Amino acid sequence: MNQVLETQSANYVLVVKKDCPTCTLIEPVIRSLAKNTALSLKVYVQDDPSFPANLDGVIDDSSLEYSYQAEIEVVPTLIRLSDEGDTQTEESRIYGWDKQQWQSFTRIAELGADLVDFKPGCGSKTQDPGMSEVLALRFGKQILQARSVELAEAEDIMEACYDRGWSDGLPVVPPTPLRVMRMLSGSPRDAAEIVGNAPPDNVPCTIEKIAINAVMAGCKPEYFPVVIASVEAALQDRFCMHGLLCTTYFSAPVMVVNGPITKQIGMNSGINALGQGNRANATIGRALQLIIRNVGGGVPGGIDRACMGNPGKYTYCFAEDESDENWLSLAMDRGFERKDSVISLFAGEGLQPVLDQQSRAPESLAKSMASSLRSVAHRKLFGMADAILVVCSEHRRVFREGGWNKADLRKALFEELMTPGTEVVRGADGIAEGMPEKFKDKMLNKFREDGLHIVTTGGTAGMFSAIIGGWVASGERGSQLTSQKI
Amino acid sequence: MQSTTTLLDPTAELQTAARQLLPRLESIAGLTVGLLDISKPRGKEFLDEVQKHLEEAGAKVRRYSKPTFTRIAPTELTQQISVECDAVIEGLAD
Repeated sequence: MNQVLETQSANYVLVVKKDCPTCTLIEPVIRSLAKNTALSLKVYVQDDPSFPANLDGVIDDSSLEYSYQAEIEVVPTLIRLSDEGDTQTEESRIYGWDKQQWQSFTRIAELGADLVDFKPGCGSKTQDPGMSEVLALRFGKQILQARSVELAEAEDIMEACYDRGWSDGLPVVPPTPLRVMRMLSGSPRDAAEIVGNAPPDNVPCTIEKIAINAVMAGCKPEYFPVVIASVEAALQDRFCMHGLLCTTYFSAPVMVVNGPITKQIGMNSGINALGQGNRANATIGRALQLIIRNVGGGVPGGIDRACMGNPGKYTYCFAEDESDENWLSLAMDRGFERKDSVISLFAGEGLQPVLDQQSRAPESLAKSMASSLRSVAHRKLFGMADAILVVCSEHRRVFREGGWNKADLRKALFEELMTPGTEVVRGADGIAEGMPEKFKDKMLNKFREDGLHIVTTGGTAGMFSAIIGGWVASGERGSQLTSQKI
Repeated sequence: MQSTTTLLDPTAELQTAARQLLPRLESIAGLTVGLLDISKPRGKEFLDEVQKHLEEAGAKVRRYSKPTFTRIAPTELTQQISVECDAVIEGLAD
């Protein structure tokens, strides 16, 4: 119950909109309150200043400035103010129409006596879809710090982004303040927070700069936490983004996303998971590339010295198929749980098929895969480049039906890939490239310890697994797979 | 009717500071020259050769190397070189 105060005159503020049946219902109540000399009433109307009819002094709040500042969520909202010196502060508020509540709140016993007892209010116009960012931009605290770039009237917006060097070659979504505000709404993080220093220029990268580039990449606000996590992973020392960007080799960040968020934001882990056509996959991968380009200053031909590069430098991001509960995900291999949403970054490139339509026994299929894995970087180079083996759904079925789990596959691949140094030293097979002579009498493995990762994705048809080859500076001296919780 | 469009700058908004070059050395005789190996394969052979030429010109040579070519030189290393040498030559890439 609202306490009845013994003050001489009470001050009230009422916020209404004509488009609300509850507000029109109480129109006579509003007029009677306005006429009541025992109190003072200010009426703000959100949509039509001619409402309520026959009432003078209604304040036009179609800009919604008052409604925004007063945090109105429902109309009608009736606020009682208390005088404290020169300033009036809100004492309490009620909303919707509840006859008894209004009567005690206004201390007018017969108020609206002929109306229904109760009718809930409607949403304030400040709650319309997309409105909160518009109003925050117009009336809120200034949270955007980035330099504003005013375009000349004659400038084409899309061309303007190209002209300023912000694009990877494809069109970008122009980063207007409103779009950036909406992107920022996808995460509770403070826009001014510095996530780390972005290579190669080693400059502070804020949540706001990440948001601007995520907008340009085409991300939706709900992807934003994944984009932030991708940046946090990329900026970890173990990922070595600086060297990865500078290298003459093909590699660039490859992103694998695990956990519930992949479903929540609609990522593709099925048909064509590594291909085109899914907005989340496409734009999350692209956002990180744009951040390295625009914030870090890593531009091809500048610090990016790639001999050829690879098409994945536009974007390379996919979700893992986690439909088999008994098959550990990549994130679980890295110590996370099934319920965690995690992004893993791998310095890699390209996609090399492993076609095997004949193997029905795990032993045969593992040998088949091991044989193809030898081609990573070069058949005679060992322990140099890591790799991701992307196991397709049908191949996973072969392992599962054969009673194998992921650990069995990993063990079989390791054993299969042990090789006498003499077979792969420089000069062997008449090929100058190969391992240095000092490895001649050693047994070598194709991959260093923790250098081969296994992921599942793709559609249910096709006995086609794949290999994502890694950077030739894999491991501690260069890049290691880096996982970050989202 | 399109009003003026405002976009937000996606870059770091940095301008490269223009720096004055240090005065060029007239001669390296008697001075200490640092050779920084970035740790790419065969860097040693190349820098051995450079060292020979520098010593013939009367310079003292100090050798340094980065822990790995994939990362920028640690601050301690660049500071050490700046204290110990009058000039430095950095070997970049292979």
